[in-house]
Parts: sequence; structure tokens; C-alpha cells
Amino acid sequence: MKNAMGIILTGGNNSRMKELSAIRATAAIPVGGKYRAIDFVLSNMVNSGITNIGVLTQYNFRSLMDHLGTGKEWDLDRKNGGLFIFPPYLSDDGSGWYKGTADAMYNNLTYLLRSSQEYVIVSVGNSVFKMNFEEMLDYHIDKGADITIAYRDMSDLYPEDLPLLGILSVDSNNRVTDFEEKPLRPKGTLGSMGIYVIKRELLIYLLEECIAHGNYDFVRDVLIKKLDSLKIYGYKFKSYWRSISSIKMYYRCNMELLDPDVCCQLFVDGGKIYTKVKDEPPAKYNDEAEVRNSIIADGCIIEGTVENSVLFRGVTVKKGATIKNCIIMQGSVIESGSTLQYAVMDKNVLITEGKNLKGDDEWPIIVGRKTVV
Amino acid sequence: MSKTEMIALLLAGGQGSRLGVLTKNVAKPAVSYGGKYRIIDFSLSNCINSGIETVGVLTQYQPLELNAHIGIGKPWDLDRMNGGVTILSPYMKEEAGEWYKGTANAVYQNIHFVDKISPEYVVILSGDHIYKMDYSRMLEAHKKNNADATISVIDVPYDEASRYGIMNTDPNGKVIEFEEKPKNPKSTLASMGIYIFTWEVLREYLVKDNDDPASENDFGKNIIPNMLNDGKKMWAYQFQGYWRDVGTIQAFWESNMDLIQRVPIFNLFDPTWRIYTPNPIKPAHYIGPNGIIKTSIVTEGCMIYGTVRNSVIFPGVFIDENTVIEDSIIMTNCKIGANSHINKSILGENVIIGDDVKIGTGEVVPNDLKPAIYYSGITVVGESSYVPDAAELGKNVVIDRFVTTDDYCSLNVPSGKSVFKGGVCD
Repeated sequence: MKNAMGIILTGGNNSRMKELSAIRATAAIPVGGKYRAIDFVLSNMVNSGITNIGVLTQYNFRSLMDHLGTGKEWDLDRKNGGLFIFPPYLSDDGSGWYKGTADAMYNNLTYLLRSSQEYVIVSVGNSVFKMNFEEMLDYHIDKGADITIAYRDMSDLYPEDLPLLGILSVDSNNRVTDFEEKPLRPKGTLGSMGIYVIKRELLIYLLEECIAHGNYDFVRDVLIKKLDSLKIYGYKFKSYWRSISSIKMYYRCNMELLDPDVCCQLFVDGGKIYTKVKDEPPAKYNDEAEVRNSIIADGCIIEGTVENSVLFRGVTVKKGATIKNCIIMQGSVIESGSTLQYAVMDKNVLITEGKNLKGDDEWPIIVGRKTVV
Repeated sequence: MSKTEMIALLLAGGQGSRLGVLTKNVAKPAVSYGGKYRIIDFSLSNCINSGIETVGVLTQYQPLELNAHIGIGKPWDLDRMNGGVTILSPYMKEEAGEWYKGTANAVYQNIHFVDKISPEYVVILSGDHIYKMDYSRMLEAHKKNNADATISVIDVPYDEASRYGIMNTDPNGKVIEFEEKPKNPKSTLASMGIYIFTWEVLREYLVKDNDDPASENDFGKNIIPNMLNDGKKMWAYQFQGYWRDVGTIQAFWESNMDLIQRVPIFNLFDPTWRIYTPNPIKPAHYIGPNGIIKTSIVTEGCMIYGTVRNSVIFPGVFIDENTVIEDSIIMTNCKIGANSHINKSILGENVIIGDDVKIGTGEVVPNDLKPAIYYSGITVVGESSYVPDAAELGKNVVIDRFVTTDDYCSLNVPSGKSVFKGGVCD
């Protein structure tokens, strides 16, 4: 798919992610034992043949930059195109921080102008899903659409998560008839996935017009306002999709990865999910290890009990420690006699001997990075 | 730009015939080891961890997989503008090409590669040993002794010494005598096949060796004894730590099992000395609701619903419900059906085992055809082979590569028997 470029929006601050996003952009949040959220959309783009990708970023992007590097792990270290990271910068017309998604793209108009692809796939960076963008682009072209929005029946989400999404209505022809951004009382369950296909020239025109009127948000100020004047179509996606936009959604998504069905959809069918590799040895299980229904990454040493949990790389679970329904990020150490239930440990946490931490599946305990308990 | 002080030449051409079906189509250094590695990763990682950034890898036997594995050297950080890794294979010359006749001849044929870099020292390594070693410290010793050659040695038990090249040294460690596989060894200092040479001196001896029609063109048999005879300064460098030649099925199996101990004698978890290899692009591994894993190492991309004990599991392995794997090495992408029991076996890559299969049952009987290779009770299934539902394989059984269910004469293959491609049963 040489005719499309990608733009990934990773800018926003998200207080609903609590400590987990205090030091990182939501797109850089660790998921599923070895990935970061952005790996999914990035790999989807690469697997769909997109090799010119811009990542717009603003909030706490150090971890994201560190993760993405030159884009080598996604095969995006290219002479033509490849990966571009666009943090905000101060220019002589006084613009600076991105004031919204449209503003972020407008501030990098040069990138859009210099690229040669006819189409742009715009996507958020914090969703866990596998999608073939080539099919979506074909659909967009078949429909003769100006803009195509990927959407999904979100009735498998918690009802309270729906108001965090854009909710849309479509007619029998899949044309978008209504779009509400983060409605308090959603009219339906068709949620936008935050993924759009649009011609590059049209996107440039719409951005210029939007900023000229002093507006900055792509959804509110472009999509919703143009519902009648542009041909905006929906593209129905049916497979697994979760947005990492609240602790609850994050926790639930990781737990759902324990379902082999979900795992297959994400990691087996239709292309690999790439991520920055670490040279860890295979995970080691000692004689006392009791591990059930869990995901364990390389570099872990397990002597204790682990159930229904996701362990990232290099986690140590000592003898007599019990971990149930937890997410334990890279490099954490759980010492003997400790019990963790419904807890999310950020990176490099140390749980000393004999500690008990218990959260709730609706309200898991979060322990911040490098904390010693 | 400072001159390159030392480069490494890695001899990776060995066929490794004592690994049987495991090296039927790959060179020994390319054989999978330790859950995600290949044997050559240890030498290559030692190079980069020792600060050696120019490595020539001499390949000859079945190099496809080895070359693909090494690629441009990226996993070892050896994709460099200056130096990096270079694959040196035999090639046609103006008159005629020739295969590498011996270890020394292999280096001789690449003199121009070394000359172009013109290092002061070269370290000669073999690509088929499992160990962690800082060659820069060996070089320090070499320089301190003002040596022409330094040979890394390891203490071996006295009754095993006659299998090695033995160095007899003076109390300071200067080599006074070298005996290749002596009947009555005078010391227990065995050569590890790791040599540092001052390049100028080695170059001279390589040329001389090549002119000698009686020579076997081998470092141990010719170059080292010749240098000693001429009174060149040769020192032994004592290595302490884990070092294994994994050239036999039994040694290969044992060395893999060394990794699964509570405190392994060979530690892969050392952050200051990482072993690098191309990482599989697979998700973290999953253990099912009834899965049991004890005293084992398991790599990414596996799905384990059964029981794994005392085993080494490579990436992408699927183990179904009620299946038990014990004392075994299961290589990349094997699929193992339900209700099976696999005991003390090595499964090559992409092997498919059906349901209700038993492997490694019965008495230990050496393999009929190759008793010298398969004698210690380990059953080996070659890559991409099938073991059909309800089959029972004994001990020291060999299943050839690419064997399909049609190739079995009987579902019962007793200890010491083999199954070959094309339905040849024995």
C-alpha cells in the first residue's frame, strides 16, 4: 500500500490513567507482557504496507521516543519515508504547544505537504487491536468517501466507558449521520475507534480552514462540523479492540489477553506485532513455581505462585510469594511471603517480604514506578 | 581513528557429525541451544562483550541457516561502518577454488581479510562451545607476557585429559610442551581451542604451513607444535568458569539441562554479560488454566496447557492438555498433541507430535545404526517430522528429518530403532 501515509496522535494528557501515565504518554503504556500500546497501531500500519508514518506527540513523550528510536524494530528506518516523531516546538509566530489534534497536525503541515502519498490514515496511538488498513482504504475508495471513520459496536465495553468515546450513528449505507464526541448520555453503542482515512490534499485543506477559524480539534471542529457537507462514511470493524484510556480499561484489556481467542486475534492471524526487543534470557521456573492462566515474558524468574496475571520482562517472583489477577511490569521483584491481588505494579517496583496488597477487579491497586513497598 | 588492536576469527565450518540428525542440514554452530539461542551466539556475544568489533566468521558446511542467523550482525551490535561481522566462505580463485582443508588452512585462505584490517593480534575461536569469556583479559595477559601465542586452557578431570590437547607449562604458565590427545597426560590443562596470536608471527607460520605438503593444516596438530619447536613464546591462559563442548547428543542435552537448575552453573541472567541472538517476534508465553511448569526454561510465543518438567522450551511451542514433557529439549515451533508423554527427548524445530503419543519408553538400547551417537537413552526427532497419534517410541530412537506419518512401518518403534524419510524402517 504505497499510496497511504500514517499519522498517529499520541498527544493528550490522560488523568484517568493515574500513576501509569504520570511519567509516560498513554501510547507508551506497557501492555501484554512485552508491548507498549503504540506497537499495535504501528505494526498494523507496517503490516498494511504503510512506511511513511508521523507520530505527533506532546505529553510526557520521553518514554515514547525511547521506545520508538529510529523505528528500526518496525522496519521503519527507511531512506524514503520511515518514522518521524513530531513533538511541539516554539516557532517565531508564537505557536508552541499543540492546542488540539487538528492543531498538532496543522503545526506539522510541512510533513503532510512534503509527503507524496494520496491518502492519510490518521489514528490514535493507545488502542489494542489488529486491523488491515489496506481493506479500510479500499472501502474508502469504493464508497467514494471524503472521510471514512472506523467504528465498532462497543456493547462489550463497560457502559461507563462509552462516554469516553465518540459515538456515531450510520444510515443503511454506512454514511455517518450523527457524531457525538464523548457524550454524557450516548445514543447508541457504535463507537469511533479514532481511526480515519482521508485524502492528503483534503486533510491539508480542512486543517487550514479549521485553524483559520481559530479551532483546534479534529473531531469537534472538523468531523462533526462537516457531517453534512462532506461524504463521511463509517467502516465497521468487528474484531477485538480496546482503548487504553482508563485504569479500568487498561486492567481489563490485559486480563482479556489471557483469553487464547483474543491472543490469536492479536498475535497470530494477519501479521506480527513488533516491539522494541530486549535481550532477555528465557523465563525460568524453579521447582516451587505454580503458574496458571498467565502470560509470562522472557527474563522472568518464578519460584512462587502466579495466577491470572500478566508478567512483563525480567520480573522476579520469589518462593512463597502469591500473585493473583495482577499486572506486574518490567523488572519488578516480589519477595517471599507477599501476596498481591488485583494490583498493577509499574516498572521496577519492589514488594518486600510478607506484604499484602489487595485491590478489586473494578478498582485495582496501582503502585508507581520504582516504589518500594 | 585508532588502529584495530585485535580482531576475532570464528571457525564455524564444523559439521558436527556427532550431533546426528540435529546437524544433518545445519553446521554445528547453528544448532539451537538454551531456549532461544544458537551455539554460535555465545562466541559472538563474547566478542562484542569483550569489545571486539571486527569478527570474521569462517563458514563452510551447510552455511545457509548460519549465514541467515548472523545476517549483518545486528543482534550482536556488529552491524558497524568500521569492522562488524564478515562471513568468510571458501570461494573460487583464478586457478581453482578449494575447500578449507583444516583450521589453519581456513585462516590462511583469509590472510588478505586480516591484512586489510592489519590488527596487531587475532583471536581464533571456534563457534561450537558454550561459555562466557572476556577475551580482552586474555589479551592483557598475552601482552603482559609479550607472547607470540596465548592459548586458553581449562582444568579437566585427569581421566578425561586424554581426549584433549594438553598443555604442559612451567610454574609461570609458559607452555613448554603440547600434546595432542596424549595417552598418559602430564597435566590436566586442556586447550579450549581459543588462541590469541600476534598476527605478524601467525601470518608467517600460516604461510610456512601452507607450503608444507605433509601438514594437515590444523592449529592443534601443526601450527602450535611448530611454533613451540621454534621456541616461540607461548603462554597458557587459565580459564575459570563454565565451558562445554556440546558436540555430542549427550553433552548437548546435559549442557541444556545445566540451565534449568535453581542456581544454574551457567547463568544466562547476567545483565553485565548478555548473550545476544535475533529475538523472535512473538508475544510473551501463555500458560493455560491447568498448565504446570517446574524447573524449566520457557521462551516467548509458547502456549502451554500441559505439564513441563526439567525441560528447555524454545519459542512458539504448543503443548496440549494432559501432556507431560520431562527432561526434554523442545525446539522452535513444535506442536505437541494431547495426552502425550515425552521423556528425555530432543525435538528439532517444527516437529508435530500427535495425541496419545509416548516417547522415550522402555530399555536403553543403543541405536542399531549409529550406536556411537545415540547411546545414552536420548531419543531425537529431526526437524519438521511427524509422530502420528498413538505412536510409541522407545529410547535412543532416531526419527529422520521431514518424516511423515506414511513413513512409519509401525506405530511402535522400540528402543534403538530408527525411522527414515521414504518409509525406510529399521
